Amino acid sequence: MDFPVATALGWFFLSAGSAFVLAGGIGILRLPDFFSRIHAAGITDTMGAWLIVVGLMFSAGWTLVTAKLLMLLLFLVITSPLASHALAKAAYVRGLKPMIGRELIREDDDD
Amino acid sequence: MFGAATAALLVCMAMTLIRSILGPTVFDRVLAVNSFGTKTVLLIAVYGFLSGRPDFLDLALVYALMNFIGTIAVMKFARFGDLAGMEDDSEEIL
Repeated sequence: MDFPVATALGWFFLSAGSAFVLAGGIGILRLPDFFSRIHAAGITDTMGAWLIVVGLMFSAGWTLVTAKLLMLLLFLVITSPLASHALAKAAYVRGLKPMIGRELIREDDDD
Repeated sequence: MFGAATAALLVCMAMTLIRSILGPTVFDRVLAVNSFGTKTVLLIAVYGFLSGRPDFLDLALVYALMNFIGTIAVMKFARFGDLAGMEDDSEEIL
């Protein structure tokens, strides 16, 4: 807001985060398996959230809003991989097998 | 610019909602709802900037906390069968 470099950086980070978020949405909708979907969702949640919040911080300048955004960023960066890990672990322990190989078959199908 | 980010977030939220309705297993649905919650946090933050009043960030923080706790609770229920103990036949702890 104060000088154009911060505005340009904010726009860059916001558009990059939007691209990551859109890619994650397409991945959640289109990928064939639960574990590939959790790959798409977990990575793009962390990366897209990081980029969008940093873009908002550049747009906000040095105010209290930036401090709140920093807390939000720290919390999202900690909890999003943790939730993905808990989901994958729970699904694997409950017996959901990933699809492997070039033909994408489940590993309990061939025996 | 904030409008474009808001539109991207809304499109992604629609996709995760479709997955949460379609999802073959319960884990797909929980994954979609968790991703939806994260996108909601980002949407609250971006919409605050879009409307020129970035005062909703406290709501975004609280929503992030609730989303994480809810996901962990549902996962614990889906894995152990109740929310109190950790009686499980597997040897590893989550």
